[in-house]
Amino acid sequence: MGDYVRQMPEASADLARRPQLSQRLHVDFVLLLLLSVLSLFGLVVLYSASGQEMGVVVRQGRYLVLGFIAMLVAAQIDLQRYRRLTPLGYLVGLVMLVMVIVAGADAKGAQRWLSLGGFRFQPSEIMKLLVPMSVAWFLSARVLPPRLWHVFAGLGLLGVPAALVILQPDLGTALLIAMSGLFALFMSGLGWRYILGAIALTIASAWPAWLFLLHDYQRQRILTLLNPESDKLGAGWNIIQSKTAIGSGGWSGKGWLNGTQSQLDFLPESHTDFIIAVLAEEFGLRGVLVLLAIYLLILLRGLWIGLRAQDSFSRLVAGSITLTFFVYIFVNMGMVSGLLPVVGVPLPLVSAGGTSLVTLLAGFGVLMAISTQRRLVV
Amino acid sequence: MAAQALKDQSYEARIFRARTGLVLLLVVSLLSLLLVRYFSLQITQHKIYQTESDRNRLQLQPLPPKRGLIYDRNGVLLAENRPSFVLSLVIERTPDLEETLARLQGMLDISGADIEKFMQRKGRRRPYEAVPLRFRLDESERSQLAVNRFVLPGVVVEATLVRYYPQGALFSHALGYVGRINQAEEAELDEVNYRGTNHVGKIGIEKYYEELLHGQVGYQNVETNALGRVLRVLERTDPVPGADITLSLDIGLQRTAYEALNGRRGAVVALDPNTGGVLALVSTPGFDTNLFVNGISTRDYSALRESLDLPLFNRAIQGQYPPGSTVKPIFGLAGLSYGLVTAETKIADPGWFTLPGQTRRFRDWTLRVRGGGHGAAVDLRQAIEESCDVYFYDLAHRMGIERLHDYTAPFGFGVASGIDTTHERRGILPSRQWKRDMRNEPWYAGETVNVGIGQGHLLATPLQLAVATSMLASRGQHYRPQMLSAVGGIPVAREAPTQFEAKADDWTVVQDAMYAVFHGKHGSARAAARGADYIMAGKSGTAQVVGIAQDAEYDADELVERHRDHGLFIAYAPFEAPQIAVAVVVENGGGGSTVAAPIARAVMDAWLAADEAVSGG
Repeated sequence: MGDYVRQMPEASADLARRPQLSQRLHVDFVLLLLLSVLSLFGLVVLYSASGQEMGVVVRQGRYLVLGFIAMLVAAQIDLQRYRRLTPLGYLVGLVMLVMVIVAGADAKGAQRWLSLGGFRFQPSEIMKLLVPMSVAWFLSARVLPPRLWHVFAGLGLLGVPAALVILQPDLGTALLIAMSGLFALFMSGLGWRYILGAIALTIASAWPAWLFLLHDYQRQRILTLLNPESDKLGAGWNIIQSKTAIGSGGWSGKGWLNGTQSQLDFLPESHTDFIIAVLAEEFGLRGVLVLLAIYLLILLRGLWIGLRAQDSFSRLVAGSITLTFFVYIFVNMGMVSGLLPVVGVPLPLVSAGGTSLVTLLAGFGVLMAISTQRRLVV
Repeated sequence: MAAQALKDQSYEARIFRARTGLVLLLVVSLLSLLLVRYFSLQITQHKIYQTESDRNRLQLQPLPPKRGLIYDRNGVLLAENRPSFVLSLVIERTPDLEETLARLQGMLDISGADIEKFMQRKGRRRPYEAVPLRFRLDESERSQLAVNRFVLPGVVVEATLVRYYPQGALFSHALGYVGRINQAEEAELDEVNYRGTNHVGKIGIEKYYEELLHGQVGYQNVETNALGRVLRVLERTDPVPGADITLSLDIGLQRTAYEALNGRRGAVVALDPNTGGVLALVSTPGFDTNLFVNGISTRDYSALRESLDLPLFNRAIQGQYPPGSTVKPIFGLAGLSYGLVTAETKIADPGWFTLPGQTRRFRDWTLRVRGGGHGAAVDLRQAIEESCDVYFYDLAHRMGIERLHDYTAPFGFGVASGIDTTHERRGILPSRQWKRDMRNEPWYAGETVNVGIGQGHLLATPLQLAVATSMLASRGQHYRPQMLSAVGGIPVAREAPTQFEAKADDWTVVQDAMYAVFHGKHGSARAAARGADYIMAGKSGTAQVVGIAQDAEYDADELVERHRDHGLFIAYAPFEAPQIAVAVVVENGGGGSTVAAPIARAVMDAWLAADEAVSGG
């Protein structure tokens, strides 16, 4: 009892002081804590998923450190400067996407990488951040909700980079880029007739897209999803093995480093896109629940930051970054568990990654900037 | 900043709040959907995936049993298993199959046919299973592969036990051979017991005793990774090896017969008249059965197939020949039994025979050599000793085809002998019924006359002749001929013989006549008996291959070799207590007494000498 009494004043003093500290340092401590816990959990899973290869973990740790630094730096930049620089960044991003197609490095038949002075990175990853920001930049200068031509302009802003990424070809990333832009449109109050019209149009165009736009391997992925048993050793192998891994984990899991599916190499891509299967196999549903709880808290924090933002640009950027983060989670966990087609989306901050990690964390840096840079409301 | 001025900040914030509410709803419901999905996989369907995961991890691997060995009666190995090195590829571990195949072709002798068969096998296996590409790697090939292992991902060299026949051609027709299981056999064989077995008996003893020789498959439960590599063995049930079997065949006798045939086309079958055990079963030319074990090359196979000597044809049990005069002892016995003749009955032999009211002359064989036949008073003994055709023309005519058929059938003509091997043929014992069924024609009296000297429609295999000879030797004991004598060192029980009944005096008459063939003053094979220290009995036979026109001259020298007569001989010895009965056929060999009798003599010599050595020592 005595302890409780003694702590109370300190705690309240802390509460009173913290906003000042976080505003002074431009750091959202809640977000920082959640992201750190998630990253550490991710490293633990990755060690097991990589077949206990310390090299993979160290490499991931290095990118995480780089990402956290990028996040803290991004949090320092003035929000107005973001707004002013967004169009320029967008144009540079487009140029880089064109360069990837013209002079990019090959990876499994797709050109996704660009080398700049010995530093390899994926411009498409950076566009995941720049596209919602530029749509937000454009819309925030208009009276909201957006009118028809605003909508088309916004669609143009997200459509061009998405189309360039499709050419690489990287359908998964292109869809994510387009979606991040669409989220900005949606958050700006896009009218329901547009939304319903777009949905109707999508369904109507799905058939011709199936016939003419999708590559064979992409069609195969969808067919395999619908009936993975059809090709047990070929295309269906991944999904069957990942479902087996997840299902065999049960409630409490087989224990860290003891997952037979992952440790005996039955699970493909176990340390990248399919890492959730390793987690589910070794830590069970308990582990999945902990992961989902962390994700949910991050998402709630993101939405909360958006709600408290002081202008439309900040709101739209915060909203679409948070939503994009959610899409990562949902698509990845959905595809590995056989709900969605396999489209090659990593599990954020858990899957081994490079550029994607850095841009993801830089995006959270922008969220932190929104969260901590407060002006007096006029 | 005009647009900015018109913006209603609080209205826009309200819109955003409303949308955030929707987003929150969406996020929570989709995360719940994920949760339901993971709950369903991990809790509701946990058992199913647990089993699936175990099945992934644990593999039941078959352990093929070792095939039983085959020995001759002296314990000499006739079929064994030798380690053979097989080059296989694990498809899953071979990133670029074509390149690897090309590399291998540059290193070893791998034919297009090898590649083709490999591709066929590949389709039937799972990607982590090794698919055989080349068999019988020699030591230098193996070291080549070992040195280049790092540029050959997925290439494995495995040692397996493979059938080997050390005696080669000598036992080719007696043993048969094993070969790789083909698709038709795969459907027939017990799927469980043959999991892991690559070879199966294709023909001969190897096929007939397949069940005995194969054994029972074993299993081991192993933990593997996705590449199929065994990490540890969890439990193991050892296979039960196939039984080692001993045959009644004698390698010395087999070799004697093979060498006596001396590269000609022919067959020798020797039986033990007291047991029915097969002592020798030779068909020449033989072939190297080892060629067939792992799939014979097209070149070797067509060489065997296209050879005019038909080396793949097992003459001993598949060759159907007119038995010629070798059947005369049986027909003589029939005449005595039916009371058509007695030992004293004599006929006049002018050198030919005519049916009453017909002019066609059935000629005696002596007509080629000299005129006048065998004399004015030929009895049964002389008719057999000198092989008088006219005596038997007359006897067969008086007996009629039905009685001839009925009397001869119990000697094993026209039916399979039931020997323990495959592909045996039945020969033909003609009758009126047979001719109606086969040709839809009536039987003619002249045909009976021809059958009377073992020609015409009558056909028998060397094995059938040996069985009949054995019955003549043992006075009617009919055994089913059998090569198997012991399984796992334990002698197999013999079927009891059936007894063919004839009067003792009649047997004596016929046996004495067969004695005279060797030892009589005019015996047709007296030359072959010279210098023997035991007494033997036999009968020669000569079978026409090409029909000779009514009055045409026959001159063996002028005939193409393949149109010459088949020489036949049956014999048994020792005369008083027979221990061996032999039938010999030499295709296109000419007269039976000159070409076939010495072979029979050599075989009997070998057997009785060995026997004496055993009993003496």
